[in-house]
Amino acid sequence: MSLQTPLGKVRGLGAAGNGVHHWWVQRLTAVALVPLGVWLLVSLVTLPALDFVTLVSWIGGTWTATLLSVFILTASWHSRLGLQVIIEDYVHDQGLKTTSLVLSGFVHIILAAFGVFAVLRIAFGSPL
Amino acid sequence: MRARPLSPHWTIYRMSRYSVLTSLANRATGMVLSVGLVVLIYWLTALARGARAYARAQEVLGSDLAKVVYAGVIAAFSYHLVAGIRHLVWDTGRGLEKKQSQRSAWAVIVVAIVLAVVCIWWAFRAREGV
Repeated sequence: MSLQTPLGKVRGLGAAGNGVHHWWVQRLTAVALVPLGVWLLVSLVTLPALDFVTLVSWIGGTWTATLLSVFILTASWHSRLGLQVIIEDYVHDQGLKTTSLVLSGFVHIILAAFGVFAVLRIAFGSPL
Repeated sequence: MRARPLSPHWTIYRMSRYSVLTSLANRATGMVLSVGLVVLIYWLTALARGARAYARAQEVLGSDLAKVVYAGVIAAFSYHLVAGIRHLVWDTGRGLEKKQSQRSAWAVIVVAIVLAVVCIWWAFRAREGV
């Protein structure tokens, strides 16, 4: 049994019942994606070449593999949160809305898993 | 699932032309970047599957249509980055007055267009013949 009063339990949760969690995570991932996104764009443009060997040795490096994995997870999360808001705002049919939200969540998790697995596979077992 | 609070729908809410442009553009560019994320994962997966799989993926990733997508993603990134920073400044409670937000809307549009043009030019010049 909790000693929290009913008022204490609901305070700060707002109409959706989960407070500012969505908003806060969207901001956190946004802040993280500023340097990560700029790093990825600059890296892709300044790499000496885009052939298989150059790319595999670049992605397999400790720094790239780590930052790229973090980028994939952060960007997938941010993308999921952003699409969620768009779906909630513009899909009015309740069934279609729920289906789209669930599907979007699944697709984002699969995307992130594929991305991180690909980076790790390149980093650990050079697929040459 | 409880109903979440929604932002005003553009179909029923009279927005100023500034917020129509910048708010819709931020969402639209965000969706383009989601597509860009799919392309990035496809590219990484092809690399992870080996040299032959990557060579096959190159037929798609090196096509003219793909180059249009890359330019679109770079332009979307430029806009979403600048507009996103404006949102983060708003979140600190600054710049929310009508005049300030109108001025920052113009600043975002101008900076984003310049950044997009410079980045696309830079990327395509660096990758000439690729």
